Amino acid sequence: MSATAKMRASEKAALCSEKQLRNIAQTVIRLGKAAGAEETEVHLDETLDALTRFANNGIHQNVAEHGLTISVRTVLDGKTARVSTNKLDQDSLRSAVESSLSLAASQPKAPHLLPMPGGQKYKRVKRYMRATAELTPEDRAHAVRKACDLAVKEGQVAAGIFVSGQMQSAIANSRGLFAAHRQTRAEFSITMQQDPAASWAKGNAADVRELDPLALAKRASAKAKLAASAVELAPQKYTVILEPAAVLDLVGFLFYDFAATAVEDKRSCLNDRMGKPLFGKNISLMDDVYHPGQLGAPFDGEGVPRQRVVLADNGVPRNLVYGRAAARRAGKKPTGHGFTLPNEYGEAPMNLVFAGGKASLDEMIASTEHGLLVTRLWYIREVDPYEKVMTGMTRDGLFRVEKGKVTTAARNFRFNQSVLEMLRNVEMMSPSARAAGEESFEMVVPAMKIKGFQFTEVTKF
Amino acid sequence: MWDLAAHSLDIAKLRGASYADARVMHLRQRDLTTKNGAVGTLAQSESIGIGVRVLANGAWGFASTDRLTKDGVAACAAEAVKIAKASALAKRNDVVMAPEDAYVDSWQSPFQKDPFEMPLETQLDLLLKADKEMRRVKGVTLTETDLQFRKIDSWFASSIGSRIHQRKVISGCGIVATSYQGDEIQKRSYPNSFGGQHALRGYELVEETDLVKHAPRIAEEAVALHSAAQCPRKNGTLILGGSQLGLQIHESVGHPIELDRVLGQEANFAGTSFLTLDKLNKLKYGTELVNVVADARPEHGPGLGTFAYDDEGVPAQCTDIIKDGEFRGYLSNRETAHLVGLARSSGTMRTESWNRLPIIRMTNISLKAGTWREPDLIAYTDDGIWMDTNRSWSIDDRRYQFQFSTEIAWEIKGGKKARMLKNPSYSGITTEFWNSCDAICSKDYWTLWGTPNCGKGQPMQTMGTGHGASPARFRNVNIGTAFGGK
Repeated sequence: MSATAKMRASEKAALCSEKQLRNIAQTVIRLGKAAGAEETEVHLDETLDALTRFANNGIHQNVAEHGLTISVRTVLDGKTARVSTNKLDQDSLRSAVESSLSLAASQPKAPHLLPMPGGQKYKRVKRYMRATAELTPEDRAHAVRKACDLAVKEGQVAAGIFVSGQMQSAIANSRGLFAAHRQTRAEFSITMQQDPAASWAKGNAADVRELDPLALAKRASAKAKLAASAVELAPQKYTVILEPAAVLDLVGFLFYDFAATAVEDKRSCLNDRMGKPLFGKNISLMDDVYHPGQLGAPFDGEGVPRQRVVLADNGVPRNLVYGRAAARRAGKKPTGHGFTLPNEYGEAPMNLVFAGGKASLDEMIASTEHGLLVTRLWYIREVDPYEKVMTGMTRDGLFRVEKGKVTTAARNFRFNQSVLEMLRNVEMMSPSARAAGEESFEMVVPAMKIKGFQFTEVTKF
Repeated sequence: MWDLAAHSLDIAKLRGASYADARVMHLRQRDLTTKNGAVGTLAQSESIGIGVRVLANGAWGFASTDRLTKDGVAACAAEAVKIAKASALAKRNDVVMAPEDAYVDSWQSPFQKDPFEMPLETQLDLLLKADKEMRRVKGVTLTETDLQFRKIDSWFASSIGSRIHQRKVISGCGIVATSYQGDEIQKRSYPNSFGGQHALRGYELVEETDLVKHAPRIAEEAVALHSAAQCPRKNGTLILGGSQLGLQIHESVGHPIELDRVLGQEANFAGTSFLTLDKLNKLKYGTELVNVVADARPEHGPGLGTFAYDDEGVPAQCTDIIKDGEFRGYLSNRETAHLVGLARSSGTMRTESWNRLPIIRMTNISLKAGTWREPDLIAYTDDGIWMDTNRSWSIDDRRYQFQFSTEIAWEIKGGKKARMLKNPSYSGITTEFWNSCDAICSKDYWTLWGTPNCGKGQPMQTMGTGHGASPARFRNVNIGTAFGGK
């Protein structure tokens, strides 16, 4: 093979094989033992991602990245610390191990540090799709071109992204644990602007064949047309129909409240509320990484297998999730939701699945005498951590519903709304499905019709 | 590093790039935290790699890799060109860059004590002492402390001949006391919320901040907030402390002046801006007291937006943003400068790391100091509310309507600081708010605050920005709406 041909062949980047990951991990564990570590844990995280970004009906940014990070945690005399590097040579790995030991030695002994877990058994999840991994910049450009052509035809301006990528993560430790997971990710989101308004649509899946960029573009385009002439309404309580992206971005802020460490630290809204009715009886949610609408690894930051956990059942918060340390303190079994150690936050459910209902979005609209249909929410922040009052804005399509029909667009509102109260006021739900927003990670949620949603101010568009 | 960067430029040219630049970056970080008297996070990391940006067929491509071999960077450069050619399949116009000179230079941010050379035991001991001081106060239910240090080396090379090395040392520190009682969680932070104060400085920042001294006060305030009166809902006079005003500047001036937002390049994610091009030199942004600059030059101070050159090889500059209340300037780059009639970029292209494309970012967006003494500001306020230390922040996607809440407030009655208020908040429309400013404190009360967590771009990049501010007074502001139901 000529030098040029060799170089061209090497241009096609690929993730490391599992064997390569195992070899790196074993090298680090061996270096740890040689340096005197009582225990050594290795995390390997590799990303091979590409993102095509468009605005003003053309591609303006187009990027790709490839990186592998090795993170080492050692334990010596009841003390632990972590050092990460992306240098793979032997000297750099040795230096990372030695730095980790040196950091660990500089602190007081941690009285309750647990020994690392031994080998575990994992349930397989299939989330790596070759069609996604093999998507090229040209494929993404052609899809973007079609969406932009639609915008031009409709007299609109398109902006958005088309992402395709692959990632893998592995954990190994000196007690024989090894866990590895790889997955692909495809995402298309689009904002169609029709002066002075805009609308938006987004899809996200492991398999790019489940995404239809043009269909998303058409949806955003049609809604932008409707949004273009907005009326100003008075800010007050309204019945709202939140599309799944809006539901997701609000309820996503609840995830950390279900962490055992957050409750122990008394910073959760579930302090003194576990086992008591808190939401409406129609609200049940669980954490389930194995749900077909979810992505993610079947193990946590220490390599413990993730469990399905019912978080709330018929409106009553029933269970928390536990990392190993929090589980030991509470006398419970770890649920496989721990973060990478050392950390002060413990754990969190990252794969929320809401039990939905049976209504369609159209049925929710048809059943509404006076209300608002909300496409998405924006810049959501916590105002009151215990009542879980969140503030934020509506964005990219707020529509008035009157006598069962969408009638006109409305200027965007600011809300100040307790999520707890909101989940007591859910009147109808659609079946749950994987949804993607911008303020929270993807999860499986329904659209919701909610009474008495508090809007407090209105903006200029 | 220069060899690898130069090789990537050669390969990019060979594959058809009309322009290319490369950034090799080496980032080192140390994070230390404590919680309730025990060590929380103790971690150190480093990351090194190269990002290559090219123009080919009139369109941009960018690729990055951590494989720092000759073959690795060559493949990366070739991929960047391939991506640029794919971009050209759906381009709108050919990219045109404003001219810029080539520079060969090296710069290091000044610092006195390298935090990476300080004994870790000293750093942890400080945090544990501060943590202990907070836990002495009855009613405190959670104590947290943190130190964060970064050292960033970047080697920038471009096909016009620039070769620029920069080293930045960044330090950050803060403490938080939280108190849960009844149905409320209250907290106080020092010297600021969300990680404290951050600056382009060494360990001397941490020593000057004196976390241990302030720990008892903030712990006592966190507990006292439970029995404080609720901040009323009204339209009235508001005085903002410097750190909160810094965030107000960030959200309601810094973001709207980003030219990529104005031109729709961020429409799908971060949003656009109400500052459309027709408003330049015409909009009355604020009262005549309001003067805001974007100043990346080291002489502005050791802010998180301070550097010698931006990540496009353009020297640091000071740009008038608001002068005597009039809107005067945007943040631009080499691609967008000509769209607002500028002959040259204002030097605001910045990247989070080697694997991210530089984009237009805030540098140090600062409100110039006024003339008031802080005691006089209180003495000459008959009825107002002083709010301090951010608790939540939110603004619409065109940067008109905002709402902030702070950790604490005090009533000002008859020219005196009166009772403490809990759950304070205020809201408004950007230009109405800045046009209600009637007093700004002097340089004696001015601090260059660091905002370490500004998110923008897809893929998302987190960037540090600087905001100089001193306490200031605003009239006829909506107060208390966020907690209106209480």
